[in-house]
Amino acid sequence: MTENSPSEGTFHLMGGEFTNAGSASSELKSTLIKVGVEKSIVRRVAIAAFEAEMNVIIHAVAGTLRYEITTEAVTITVTDMGPGIENINQAMQPGYSTAPDWVREMGWGAGMGLPNISKHSDLFKIDSVVGEGTTLEIIFDLKEKNADS
Amino acid sequence: MELSKIIEIVHGAVVSDGGGIDAIDITSVCSADLLSNVLRYGKGGALLVTCLNQPQVIRSAEISDIPAVLLALGAIPETDMISLARDKNIILLTTQLPMYTTCGLLYTAGLRSCVEEL
Amino acid sequence: MLTVSAVAEKLGLNVVVKGDMSQIVSGCYISDLLSDVMAHGKDDDLWITLQTHPNVVAVAVIKGISAVILTNERNPEPETIRKAEAEKVTIMVSSLNTFELAGLLYMMLKDDGSVHAGTS
Repeated sequence: MTENSPSEGTFHLMGGEFTNAGSASSELKSTLIKVGVEKSIVRRVAIAAFEAEMNVIIHAVAGTLRYEITTEAVTITVTDMGPGIENINQAMQPGYSTAPDWVREMGWGAGMGLPNISKHSDLFKIDSVVGEGTTLEIIFDLKEKNADS
Repeated sequence: MELSKIIEIVHGAVVSDGGGIDAIDITSVCSADLLSNVLRYGKGGALLVTCLNQPQVIRSAEISDIPAVLLALGAIPETDMISLARDKNIILLTTQLPMYTTCGLLYTAGLRSCVEEL
Repeated sequence: MLTVSAVAEKLGLNVVVKGDMSQIVSGCYISDLLSDVMAHGKDDDLWITLQTHPNVVAVAVIKGISAVILTNERNPEPETIRKAEAEKVTIMVSSLNTFELAGLLYMMLKDDGSVHAGTS
């Protein structure tokens, strides 16, 4: 995590590591503010990144969150070694969740993670192989303001 | 509404003052124990009312530009939650009142919700 | 004394599963954590929550909840509806969020006068 620069970087995420959950997104948020990304976009990126980060911590063994900031866009790629998603359409439905009860008792697993990421981003791609893992690519335009979702 | 007024209404106690309560003006309230709901609907500048007492509540507040968190029903914040709140300058308050009464009193006092559609 | 059906009408709730609508509402409990409701929910309370999970029905039955209200227009899962029908637990949906709905209900129950405002 030490090699992260204002324009790109990688965070390593551990499944089940709830104590520091959110620290990657928090650091990313500070970076975005530092490089002068507009406040409302910073907020959208941070929220989407946080949801993606939590997904890895809740469901996967481990994963990485990569970011790249250019003058055009912020791109976040989250790759995990996890169970994969059997039915992506179902997973995208608000309220659908496979999270266990104890995760729900921690305030997560409401089945809003992926819908939230999709809602806050300008482009959202998801690719998943059952038994192997899931990759999300989340893009936020910096040029045109707020293409409505 | 001034945060100090809110503290008075709910008979709240201050656990962490986030570097200063006086300057904070609360424009809306978000009440939930599901953090994705906070991330989706919580407005910047809102007060978050919840019973969750762990650090991810502070993370969610920080990520969503929420300056203050109020723990209802006498929930005792975990040590990690308090230290993260101090670290991130998030105001952390507690009240003995249940969530329903807390919401009822704040709504009656004129505060409204925080639906934000992007 | 307010009944579940009066609350449903006054707050414009969409009744998804109809249980005993004549049940008296004596207060309200708000939580999205099932264990919290298990610990603190009371007989004849309305329960406002975002949880759409089938276990909501089990908790409502055990705690004698008068009706469940889901906020933010969150619809119950099909299995939740099946269970609620079997157990005759009323489930209603509001398009308002939890804070707004709680506020309106609080004012209503206060005006009703017959009910404590829910302070436990």
